[in-house]
Amino acid sequence: MRTLSLDRTRPLLLPLALMLAFEAWARLTHLQSDSLAPPSAILAALGAALADLSIPIATRDTLFAAFAGLAIGSAIGLSLGIAFGISRPLDRLMEVTVEAIRPIPSIALLPIALIALGFGYRMEIVIVAFACVWPMLIMTRSAVRSIEPRLMEVSRALRLSATQRITEIVIPAALPRIFVAFRLSAGIALIVAVTVEIAINPIGLGAGIMLAQQALRADLMLAYLVWIGVIGYALNILLIAAQRRLFGRAALAGDNS
Amino acid sequence: MNRAAMLWRAASILVAAGFIAAWQLVANLRLVSPVFLPGPDRAWAALVRGFSSGDLAGKLIGTIEHMAYGWLAASIAGIALGALIGSSRMMRAYVAPSLEFLRPLPVSAIIPVAIAMLGLTQGMALFVIAFGAIWPIMLATIHGFAAVEPRLYEVARSLQMSRAAIIAKIALPSALPDILAGMRLSLTVALILSVVCEILAGLDGLGQWVLLSARAFRSADLFAGVILLGATGYLTSIAMSLVEQRLLAWQTAAR
Repeated sequence: MRTLSLDRTRPLLLPLALMLAFEAWARLTHLQSDSLAPPSAILAALGAALADLSIPIATRDTLFAAFAGLAIGSAIGLSLGIAFGISRPLDRLMEVTVEAIRPIPSIALLPIALIALGFGYRMEIVIVAFACVWPMLIMTRSAVRSIEPRLMEVSRALRLSATQRITEIVIPAALPRIFVAFRLSAGIALIVAVTVEIAINPIGLGAGIMLAQQALRADLMLAYLVWIGVIGYALNILLIAAQRRLFGRAALAGDNS
Repeated sequence: MNRAAMLWRAASILVAAGFIAAWQLVANLRLVSPVFLPGPDRAWAALVRGFSSGDLAGKLIGTIEHMAYGWLAASIAGIALGALIGSSRMMRAYVAPSLEFLRPLPVSAIIPVAIAMLGLTQGMALFVIAFGAIWPIMLATIHGFAAVEPRLYEVARSLQMSRAAIIAKIALPSALPDILAGMRLSLTVALILSVVCEILAGLDGLGQWVLLSARAFRSADLFAGVILLGATGYLTSIAMSLVEQRLLAWQTAAR
Protein backbone atom coordinates (compact mmCIF):
# COMPACT_ATOMS: atom_id res chain seq x y z
CA MET A 1 0.00 0.00 0.00
CA ARG A 2 2.86 2.31 0.70
CA THR A 3 3.95 2.49 -2.93
CA LEU A 4 0.39 3.23 -4.02
CA SER A 5 0.05 6.21 -1.69
CA LEU A 6 3.47 7.44 -2.85
CA ASP A 7 2.29 7.19 -6.46
CA ARG A 8 -0.72 9.28 -5.64
CA THR A 9 1.07 12.00 -3.71
CA ARG A 10 4.16 12.29 -5.86
CA PRO A 11 2.52 14.44 -8.58
CA LEU A 12 1.42 16.90 -5.89
CA LEU A 13 4.86 17.31 -4.32
CA LEU A 14 6.29 19.70 -6.90
CA PRO A 15 3.43 22.23 -7.01
CA LEU A 16 3.12 22.14 -3.20
CA ALA A 17 6.83 22.73 -2.71
CA LEU A 18 6.83 25.57 -5.24
CA MET A 19 3.86 27.23 -3.56
CA LEU A 20 5.39 26.94 -0.09
CA ALA A 21 8.69 28.35 -1.31
CA PHE A 22 6.94 31.23 -3.01
CA GLU A 23 4.81 31.95 0.05
CA ALA A 24 7.89 32.00 2.27
CA TRP A 25 9.79 34.22 -0.15
CA ALA A 26 6.87 36.66 -0.43
CA ARG A 27 6.55 36.90 3.36
CA LEU A 28 10.26 37.28 4.00
CA THR A 29 10.71 40.04 1.42
CA HIS A 30 7.37 41.73 2.22
CA LEU A 31 6.49 41.47 -1.44
CA GLN A 32 4.85 44.56 -2.93
CA SER A 33 4.03 43.93 -6.55
CA ASP A 34 1.51 44.64 -9.30
CA SER A 35 2.08 41.29 -10.91
CA LEU A 36 2.76 38.77 -8.12
CA ALA A 37 1.01 37.83 -4.89
CA PRO A 38 1.66 35.08 -2.35
CA PRO A 39 -0.53 31.96 -2.67
CA SER A 40 -2.36 32.75 0.58
CA ALA A 41 -3.45 36.14 -0.79
CA ILE A 42 -4.50 34.53 -4.09
CA LEU A 43 -6.62 31.97 -2.25
CA ALA A 44 -8.19 34.72 -0.13
CA ALA A 45 -9.01 36.77 -3.25
CA LEU A 46 -10.43 33.68 -4.93
CA GLY A 47 -12.63 32.98 -1.90
CA ALA A 48 -13.85 36.57 -1.78
CA ALA A 49 -14.61 36.70 -5.52
CA LEU A 50 -16.46 33.39 -5.31
CA ALA A 51 -18.46 34.65 -2.33
CA ASP A 52 -19.48 37.98 -3.90
CA LEU A 53 -20.56 36.03 -7.03
CA SER A 54 -18.34 38.00 -9.43
CA ILE A 55 -16.44 34.85 -10.45
CA PRO A 56 -19.54 32.61 -10.66
CA ILE A 57 -21.31 35.16 -12.89
CA ALA A 58 -18.24 35.58 -15.11
CA THR A 59 -17.93 31.77 -15.31
CA ARG A 60 -21.55 31.49 -16.39
CA ASP A 61 -21.04 34.10 -19.14
CA THR A 62 -17.88 32.47 -20.46
CA LEU A 63 -19.29 28.94 -20.37
CA PHE A 64 -22.55 30.07 -21.99
CA ALA A 65 -20.73 31.68 -24.91
CA ALA A 66 -18.29 28.76 -25.20
CA PHE A 67 -21.00 26.07 -25.17
CA ALA A 68 -23.34 27.94 -27.50
CA GLY A 69 -20.50 28.40 -29.98
CA LEU A 70 -19.45 24.78 -29.48
CA ALA A 71 -23.00 23.55 -30.18
CA ILE A 72 -23.36 25.60 -33.37
CA GLY A 73 -19.83 24.97 -34.62
CA SER A 74 -19.85 21.24 -33.97
CA ALA A 75 -23.29 20.83 -35.55
CA ILE A 76 -21.99 22.50 -38.73
CA GLY A 77 -18.70 20.60 -38.61
CA LEU A 78 -20.48 17.30 -37.97
CA SER A 79 -22.91 17.66 -40.88
CA LEU A 80 -20.20 18.79 -43.30
CA GLY A 81 -17.88 16.06 -42.05
CA ILE A 82 -20.51 13.37 -42.60
CA ALA A 83 -21.38 14.73 -46.05
CA PHE A 84 -17.71 14.92 -47.10
CA GLY A 85 -16.99 11.53 -45.58
CA ILE A 86 -19.80 9.78 -47.43
CA SER A 87 -19.40 11.48 -50.78
CA ARG A 88 -15.86 11.47 -52.13
CA PRO A 89 -16.77 13.70 -55.14
CA LEU A 90 -18.28 16.35 -52.85
CA ASP A 91 -15.17 16.26 -50.68
CA ARG A 92 -12.91 16.71 -53.70
CA LEU A 93 -15.00 19.56 -55.08
CA MET A 94 -14.95 21.46 -51.78
CA GLU A 95 -11.28 20.80 -51.08
CA VAL A 96 -9.88 24.15 -52.26
CA THR A 97 -12.64 26.14 -50.56
CA VAL A 98 -12.11 24.36 -47.22
CA GLU A 99 -8.33 24.68 -47.47
CA ALA A 100 -8.68 28.40 -48.17
CA ILE A 101 -10.90 29.17 -45.18
CA ARG A 102 -9.55 26.77 -42.55
CA PRO A 103 -6.14 28.39 -41.93
CA ILE A 104 -7.68 31.77 -41.06
CA PRO A 105 -6.93 32.13 -37.33
CA SER A 106 -10.29 32.34 -35.56
CA ILE A 107 -9.22 35.42 -33.67
CA ALA A 108 -8.71 37.31 -36.97
CA LEU A 109 -12.48 37.22 -37.40
CA LEU A 110 -12.82 39.21 -34.20
CA PRO A 111 -12.85 42.67 -35.83
CA ILE A 112 -15.34 41.51 -38.49
CA ALA A 113 -17.64 40.05 -35.85
CA LEU A 114 -17.17 43.22 -33.83
CA ILE A 115 -18.38 45.62 -36.50
CA ALA A 116 -21.15 43.29 -37.67
CA LEU A 117 -22.51 42.24 -34.27
CA GLY A 118 -21.09 44.63 -31.66
CA PHE A 119 -19.89 43.61 -28.20
CA GLY A 120 -21.62 40.83 -26.31
CA TYR A 121 -22.44 37.14 -26.55
CA ARG A 122 -23.25 37.02 -30.24
CA MET A 123 -19.85 37.97 -31.61
CA GLU A 124 -18.12 35.66 -29.17
CA ILE A 125 -20.40 32.75 -30.09
CA VAL A 126 -19.76 33.28 -33.81
CA ILE A 127 -15.99 33.22 -33.33
CA VAL A 128 -16.11 30.15 -31.08
CA ALA A 129 -18.37 28.40 -33.61
CA PHE A 130 -15.94 29.16 -36.46
CA ALA A 131 -13.06 27.71 -34.45
CA CYS A 132 -15.02 24.53 -33.57
CA VAL A 133 -16.14 23.72 -37.13
CA TRP A 134 -12.72 22.60 -38.37
CA PRO A 135 -11.56 19.94 -35.89
CA MET A 136 -15.08 18.52 -35.99
CA LEU A 137 -15.20 18.51 -39.81
CA ILE A 138 -11.76 16.97 -40.31
CA MET A 139 -12.09 14.26 -37.67
CA THR A 140 -15.68 13.35 -38.52
CA ARG A 141 -14.74 13.08 -42.18
CA SER A 142 -11.90 10.68 -41.47
CA ALA A 143 -14.06 8.74 -38.98
CA VAL A 144 -16.82 8.28 -41.54
CA ARG A 145 -14.34 7.32 -44.23
CA SER A 146 -12.80 4.63 -42.06
CA ILE A 147 -16.12 2.89 -41.43
CA GLU A 148 -15.96 -0.78 -42.32
CA PRO A 149 -16.98 -0.85 -46.03
CA ARG A 150 -19.06 -3.97 -45.50
CA LEU A 151 -21.37 -1.99 -43.21
CA MET A 152 -22.11 0.32 -46.10
CA GLU A 153 -22.68 -2.67 -48.35
CA VAL A 154 -25.16 -4.06 -45.85
CA SER A 155 -26.99 -0.76 -45.76
CA ARG A 156 -27.20 -0.81 -49.54
CA ALA A 157 -28.43 -4.39 -49.53
CA LEU A 158 -31.10 -3.47 -47.00
CA ARG A 159 -32.09 -0.57 -49.26
CA LEU A 160 -31.92 1.93 -46.44
CA SER A 161 -32.77 5.47 -47.41
CA ALA A 162 -30.03 8.11 -47.22
CA THR A 163 -31.25 9.45 -43.86
CA GLN A 164 -31.60 5.94 -42.43
CA ARG A 165 -28.13 5.09 -43.61
CA ILE A 166 -26.73 8.13 -41.81
CA THR A 167 -28.66 7.77 -38.55
CA GLU A 168 -28.49 3.98 -38.28
CA ILE A 169 -25.13 3.06 -39.75
CA VAL A 170 -22.79 6.01 -40.21
CA ILE A 171 -23.28 7.93 -36.97
CA PRO A 172 -23.26 4.92 -34.61
CA ALA A 173 -20.18 3.46 -36.30
CA ALA A 174 -18.25 6.75 -36.23
CA LEU A 175 -19.51 7.92 -32.83
CA PRO A 176 -16.46 7.09 -30.66
CA ARG A 177 -14.16 9.11 -32.87
CA ILE A 178 -16.73 11.87 -33.28
CA PHE A 179 -16.79 12.17 -29.49
CA VAL A 180 -13.01 12.56 -29.40
CA ALA A 181 -13.41 15.39 -31.91
CA PHE A 182 -16.11 16.91 -29.73
CA ARG A 183 -13.87 16.73 -26.66
CA LEU A 184 -11.04 18.51 -28.46
CA SER A 185 -13.49 21.10 -29.79
CA ALA A 186 -14.80 21.75 -26.28
CA GLY A 187 -11.27 22.58 -25.12
CA ILE A 188 -10.82 24.86 -28.13
CA ALA A 189 -14.18 26.54 -27.43
CA LEU A 190 -13.12 27.47 -23.90
CA ILE A 191 -9.74 28.75 -25.08
CA VAL A 192 -11.25 30.87 -27.85
CA ALA A 193 -13.98 32.25 -25.58
CA VAL A 194 -11.47 33.37 -22.94
CA THR A 195 -9.17 34.78 -25.63
CA VAL A 196 -11.95 36.85 -27.22
CA GLU A 197 -12.87 38.20 -23.78
CA ILE A 198 -9.29 39.11 -22.99
CA ALA A 199 -8.76 40.77 -26.37
CA ILE A 200 -11.90 42.85 -26.58
CA ASN A 201 -15.24 41.52 -25.31
CA PRO A 202 -16.20 43.01 -21.92
CA ILE A 203 -17.91 39.92 -20.45
CA GLY A 204 -16.88 36.73 -18.70
CA LEU A 205 -13.71 35.43 -17.10
CA GLY A 206 -11.37 36.98 -19.66
CA ALA A 207 -12.78 40.45 -19.04
CA GLY A 208 -12.61 39.80 -15.29
CA ILE A 209 -8.91 38.98 -15.37
CA MET A 210 -8.15 42.03 -17.55
CA LEU A 211 -10.09 44.27 -15.17
CA ALA A 212 -8.20 42.89 -12.17
CA GLN A 213 -4.92 43.57 -13.98
CA GLN A 214 -5.91 47.15 -14.82
CA ALA A 215 -6.95 47.71 -11.21
CA LEU A 216 -3.45 46.50 -10.19
CA ARG A 217 -5.02 43.76 -8.07
CA ALA A 218 -2.35 41.10 -8.56
CA ASP A 219 -4.01 38.76 -6.05
CA LEU A 220 -7.38 38.91 -7.83
CA MET A 221 -5.76 38.61 -11.27
CA LEU A 222 -3.89 35.44 -10.24
CA ALA A 223 -7.04 34.14 -8.55
CA TYR A 224 -8.81 34.45 -11.92
CA LEU A 225 -5.89 32.71 -13.61
CA VAL A 226 -6.07 29.81 -11.15
CA TRP A 227 -9.84 29.61 -11.56
CA ILE A 228 -9.62 29.59 -15.37
CA GLY A 229 -7.08 26.77 -15.04
CA VAL A 230 -9.43 24.83 -12.76
CA ILE A 231 -12.32 25.27 -15.20
CA GLY A 232 -10.21 24.09 -18.13
CA TYR A 233 -8.95 21.10 -16.16
CA ALA A 234 -12.42 20.18 -14.87
CA LEU A 235 -13.94 20.36 -18.35
CA ASN A 236 -11.20 18.10 -19.69
CA ILE A 237 -11.57 15.56 -16.86
CA LEU A 238 -15.35 15.55 -17.21
CA LEU A 239 -15.25 14.89 -20.95
CA ILE A 240 -12.60 12.17 -20.60
CA ALA A 241 -14.75 10.50 -17.94
CA ALA A 242 -17.81 10.74 -20.19
CA GLN A 243 -15.84 9.26 -23.06
CA ARG A 244 -14.64 6.30 -20.94
CA ARG A 245 -18.12 5.72 -19.66
CA LEU A 246 -19.79 5.88 -23.07
CA PHE A 247 -17.26 4.09 -25.23
CA GLY A 248 -14.90 2.29 -22.87
CA ARG A 249 -11.15 2.63 -22.76
CA ALA A 250 -10.78 1.52 -26.36
CA ALA A 251 -12.05 4.89 -27.57
CA LEU A 252 -9.08 6.66 -26.00
CA ALA A 253 -6.73 4.74 -28.27
CA GLY A 254 -7.71 6.87 -31.25
CA ASP A 255 -6.78 10.04 -29.38
CA ASN A 256 -3.78 10.98 -31.43
CA SER A 257 -5.56 10.94 -34.76
CA MET B 1 -0.43 13.92 -59.73
CA ASN B 2 -2.30 11.87 -62.32
CA ARG B 3 -4.83 13.15 -64.78
CA ALA B 4 -7.97 12.40 -62.76
CA ALA B 5 -6.58 14.10 -59.66
CA MET B 6 -5.70 17.18 -61.70
CA LEU B 7 -9.21 17.31 -63.13
CA TRP B 8 -10.70 17.08 -59.64
CA ARG B 9 -8.35 19.81 -58.47
CA ALA B 10 -9.43 22.05 -61.36
CA ALA B 11 -13.10 21.38 -60.58
CA SER B 12 -12.45 22.17 -56.94
CA ILE B 13 -10.82 25.48 -57.87
CA LEU B 14 -13.85 26.23 -60.03
CA VAL B 15 -16.14 25.61 -57.05
CA ALA B 16 -14.07 28.00 -54.94
CA ALA B 17 -14.26 30.56 -57.73
CA GLY B 18 -18.02 30.05 -57.75
CA PHE B 19 -18.15 30.90 -54.05
CA ILE B 20 -16.14 34.05 -54.66
CA ALA B 21 -18.51 34.99 -57.49
CA ALA B 22 -21.47 34.44 -55.15
CA TRP B 23 -19.77 36.66 -52.57
CA GLN B 24 -19.34 39.33 -55.28
CA LEU B 25 -23.00 39.00 -56.23
CA VAL B 26 -24.15 39.36 -52.61
CA ALA B 27 -21.97 42.45 -52.23
CA ASN B 28 -23.11 43.97 -55.54
CA LEU B 29 -26.78 43.45 -54.76
CA ARG B 30 -26.14 44.97 -51.33
CA LEU B 31 -27.85 42.05 -49.57
CA VAL B 32 -25.47 42.78 -46.71
CA SER B 33 -24.50 46.37 -45.92
CA PRO B 34 -21.17 47.23 -47.63
CA VAL B 35 -20.03 48.61 -44.27
CA PHE B 36 -19.72 45.00 -43.05
CA LEU B 37 -19.13 43.09 -46.25
CA PRO B 38 -17.01 44.50 -49.08
CA GLY B 39 -17.02 42.57 -52.34
CA PRO B 40 -13.94 40.53 -53.26
CA ASP B 41 -13.11 43.27 -55.81
CA ARG B 42 -12.86 45.92 -53.09
CA ALA B 43 -10.99 43.59 -50.72
CA TRP B 44 -8.49 42.78 -53.49
CA ALA B 45 -8.10 46.47 -54.37
CA ALA B 46 -7.47 47.25 -50.69
CA LEU B 47 -4.88 44.48 -50.58
CA VAL B 48 -3.05 45.84 -53.63
CA ARG B 49 -3.32 49.44 -52.40
CA GLY B 50 -2.07 48.42 -48.94
CA PHE B 51 1.03 46.84 -50.43
CA SER B 52 1.80 49.52 -53.03
CA SER B 53 1.17 52.69 -51.04
CA GLY B 54 0.26 51.73 -47.48
CA ASP B 55 2.24 49.92 -44.83
CA LEU B 56 0.50 46.57 -45.14
CA ALA B 57 3.79 44.86 -46.04
CA GLY B 58 5.36 46.26 -42.85
CA LYS B 59 2.43 44.96 -40.78
CA LEU B 60 2.71 41.54 -42.38
CA ILE B 61 6.42 41.41 -41.60
CA GLY B 62 5.69 42.56 -38.04
CA THR B 63 3.27 39.69 -37.46
CA ILE B 64 5.58 37.15 -39.06
CA GLU B 65 8.46 38.39 -36.89
CA HIS B 66 6.45 38.11 -33.65
CA MET B 67 5.28 34.67 -34.63
CA ALA B 68 8.68 33.41 -35.79
CA TYR B 69 10.72 34.67 -32.82
CA GLY B 70 8.21 33.43 -30.24
CA TRP B 71 7.87 30.09 -31.98
CA LEU B 72 11.62 29.58 -32.38
CA ALA B 73 12.23 30.42 -28.73
CA ALA B 74 9.44 28.03 -27.74
CA SER B 75 10.83 25.29 -29.99
CA ILE B 76 14.34 25.50 -28.56
CA ALA B 77 13.19 25.76 -24.94
CA GLY B 78 10.42 23.20 -25.43
CA ILE B 79 12.68 20.55 -26.94
CA ALA B 80 15.41 21.18 -24.34
CA LEU B 81 13.03 21.03 -21.36
CA GLY B 82 11.11 18.15 -22.88
CA ALA B 83 14.35 16.21 -23.39
CA LEU B 84 15.42 16.95 -19.83
CA ILE B 85 12.11 15.80 -18.34
CA GLY B 86 11.48 12.98 -20.78
CA SER B 87 14.88 11.36 -20.46
CA SER B 88 14.70 10.96 -16.70
CA ARG B 89 12.24 8.61 -15.04
CA MET B 90 12.29 10.63 -11.83
CA MET B 91 11.55 13.94 -13.55
CA ARG B 92 8.71 12.29 -15.45
CA ALA B 93 7.14 11.06 -12.22
CA TYR B 94 7.41 14.37 -10.38
CA VAL B 95 7.09 17.04 -13.06
CA ALA B 96 4.93 15.59 -15.84
CA PRO B 97 1.65 15.52 -13.81
CA SER B 98 1.94 19.24 -13.07
CA LEU B 99 2.45 19.88 -16.77
CA GLU B 100 -0.59 17.78 -17.63
CA PHE B 101 -2.59 19.89 -15.21
CA LEU B 102 -1.46 23.06 -16.98
CA ARG B 103 -2.10 21.70 -20.47
CA PRO B 104 -5.85 22.53 -20.72
CA LEU B 105 -5.28 26.06 -19.35
CA PRO B 106 -6.30 28.62 -21.97
CA VAL B 107 -2.86 30.14 -22.52
CA SER B 108 -4.25 33.54 -23.41
CA ALA B 109 -5.13 33.88 -19.70
CA ILE B 110 -1.42 34.47 -19.11
CA ILE B 111 -1.62 37.73 -21.12
CA PRO B 112 -2.84 39.96 -18.24
CA VAL B 113 -0.11 38.57 -15.99
CA ALA B 114 2.48 39.24 -18.70
CA ILE B 115 1.15 42.77 -19.15
CA ALA B 116 1.41 43.38 -15.39
CA MET B 117 5.01 42.16 -15.39
CA LEU B 118 6.36 43.52 -18.67
CA GLY B 119 3.94 46.24 -19.77
CA LEU B 120 2.53 46.66 -23.28
CA THR B 121 5.84 45.88 -24.98
CA GLN B 122 7.41 43.65 -27.62
CA GLY B 123 8.94 41.67 -24.78
CA MET B 124 5.48 40.96 -23.39
CA ALA B 125 4.29 39.74 -26.80
CA LEU B 126 7.32 37.49 -27.25
CA PHE B 127 6.91 36.06 -23.75
CA VAL B 128 3.21 35.31 -24.30
CA ILE B 129 3.76 33.75 -27.74
CA ALA B 130 6.67 31.63 -26.51
CA PHE B 131 4.77 30.60 -23.37
CA GLY B 132 1.75 29.56 -25.41
CA ALA B 133 3.74 27.77 -28.10
CA ILE B 134 6.02 25.87 -25.71
CA TRP B 135 3.35 23.47 -24.35
CA PRO B 136 2.57 21.39 -27.42
CA ILE B 137 6.30 21.10 -28.23
CA MET B 138 7.39 20.23 -24.69
CA LEU B 139 4.60 17.70 -24.08
CA ALA B 140 5.20 16.09 -27.48
CA THR B 141 8.92 15.83 -26.73
CA ILE B 142 8.27 14.23 -23.32
CA HIS B 143 5.86 11.80 -24.93
CA GLY B 144 8.31 11.05 -27.73
CA PHE B 145 11.13 10.39 -25.27
CA ALA B 146 8.95 8.16 -23.11
CA ALA B 147 7.90 6.11 -26.14
CA VAL B 148 11.39 5.27 -27.37
CA GLU B 149 11.82 1.55 -27.98
CA PRO B 150 13.38 0.28 -24.70
CA ARG B 151 15.74 -2.08 -26.50
CA LEU B 152 17.44 0.91 -28.10
CA TYR B 153 18.34 2.13 -24.62
CA GLU B 154 19.71 -1.31 -23.77
CA VAL B 155 21.86 -1.20 -26.86
CA ALA B 156 23.10 2.26 -25.85
CA ARG B 157 23.96 1.02 -22.38
CA SER B 158 25.92 -1.93 -23.65
CA LEU B 159 27.76 0.42 -26.00
CA GLN B 160 28.47 2.59 -22.94
CA MET B 161 27.16 5.75 -24.57
CA SER B 162 26.99 8.89 -22.45
CA ARG B 163 23.63 10.44 -21.59
CA ALA B 164 24.21 13.29 -24.04
CA ALA B 165 25.03 10.80 -26.79
CA ILE B 166 21.94 8.74 -25.99
CA ILE B 167 19.77 11.86 -26.27
CA ALA B 168 21.37 13.09 -29.49
CA LYS B 169 21.75 9.75 -31.28
CA ILE B 170 18.82 7.68 -30.09
CA ALA B 171 16.09 9.56 -28.25
CA LEU B 172 15.88 12.72 -30.38
CA PRO B 173 15.71 10.98 -33.77
CA SER B 174 13.12 8.50 -32.57
CA ALA B 175 11.04 11.24 -30.93
CA LEU B 176 11.30 13.48 -34.01
CA PRO B 177 7.86 12.70 -35.49
CA ASP B 178 6.21 13.64 -32.17
CA ILE B 179 8.30 16.78 -31.82
CA LEU B 180 7.51 17.95 -35.35
CA ALA B 181 3.80 17.34 -34.80
CA GLY B 182 4.01 19.45 -31.65
CA MET B 183 5.88 22.19 -33.51
CA ARG B 184 3.20 22.24 -36.20
CA LEU B 185 0.46 22.68 -33.57
CA SER B 186 2.47 25.44 -31.93
CA LEU B 187 2.70 27.32 -35.20
CA THR B 188 -1.07 27.94 -35.15
CA VAL B 189 -0.95 28.90 -31.47
CA ALA B 190 1.87 31.36 -32.18
CA LEU B 191 -0.05 33.03 -35.01
CA ILE B 192 -3.20 33.42 -32.89
CA LEU B 193 -1.31 34.80 -29.90
CA SER B 194 0.64 37.21 -32.14
CA VAL B 195 -2.64 38.66 -33.39
CA VAL B 196 -4.09 38.91 -29.86
CA CYS B 197 -0.98 40.62 -28.51
CA GLU B 198 -0.93 43.08 -31.40
CA ILE B 199 -4.58 43.90 -30.78
CA LEU B 200 -4.04 44.41 -27.06
CA ALA B 201 -0.69 46.15 -27.03
CA GLY B 202 -0.99 48.06 -30.32
CA LEU B 203 2.21 46.50 -31.64
CA ASP B 204 3.04 46.83 -35.32
CA GLY B 205 1.35 43.93 -37.06
CA LEU B 206 -1.72 42.62 -38.82
CA GLY B 207 -3.67 42.35 -35.55
CA GLN B 208 -3.35 46.08 -35.04
CA TRP B 209 -4.15 46.66 -38.74
CA VAL B 210 -7.44 44.71 -38.66
CA LEU B 211 -8.50 46.30 -35.38
CA LEU B 212 -7.83 49.86 -36.58
CA SER B 213 -9.60 49.13 -39.88
CA ALA B 214 -12.61 47.82 -37.95
CA ARG B 215 -12.66 50.88 -35.67
CA ALA B 216 -12.65 53.16 -38.74
CA PHE B 217 -15.24 50.95 -40.52
CA ARG B 218 -12.84 50.44 -43.45
CA SER B 219 -14.15 46.96 -44.16
CA ALA B 220 -12.15 46.46 -47.37
CA ASP B 221 -8.87 47.02 -45.49
CA LEU B 222 -10.14 44.75 -42.74
CA PHE B 223 -10.84 41.90 -45.17
CA ALA B 224 -7.46 42.43 -46.81
CA GLY B 225 -5.85 41.93 -43.39
CA VAL B 226 -7.89 38.81 -42.66
CA ILE B 227 -7.00 37.35 -46.08
CA LEU B 228 -3.32 37.96 -45.36
CA LEU B 229 -3.64 36.26 -41.97
CA GLY B 230 -5.27 33.26 -43.63
CA ALA B 231 -2.48 33.15 -46.22
CA THR B 232 0.14 33.34 -43.46
CA GLY B 233 -1.47 30.42 -41.62
CA TYR B 234 -1.72 28.41 -44.83
CA LEU B 235 1.81 29.04 -46.09
CA THR B 236 3.50 28.41 -42.72
CA SER B 237 1.66 25.11 -42.36
CA ILE B 238 2.67 24.08 -45.89
CA ALA B 239 6.29 25.01 -45.17
CA MET B 240 6.09 22.96 -41.98
CA SER B 241 4.82 19.86 -43.79
CA LEU B 242 7.61 20.18 -46.37
CA VAL B 243 10.17 20.29 -43.55
CA GLU B 244 8.42 17.37 -41.89
CA GLN B 245 8.51 15.29 -45.08
CA ARG B 246 12.18 16.03 -45.55
CA LEU B 247 13.25 15.35 -42.00
CA LEU B 248 11.22 12.16 -41.74
CA ALA B 249 12.14 10.80 -45.16
CA TRP B 250 14.56 8.31 -43.55
CA GLN B 251 11.70 6.92 -41.46
CA THR B 252 9.31 6.20 -44.29
CA ALA B 253 12.22 4.69 -46.21
CA ALA B 254 13.02 2.39 -43.29
CA ARG B 255 9.50 1.07 -43.02
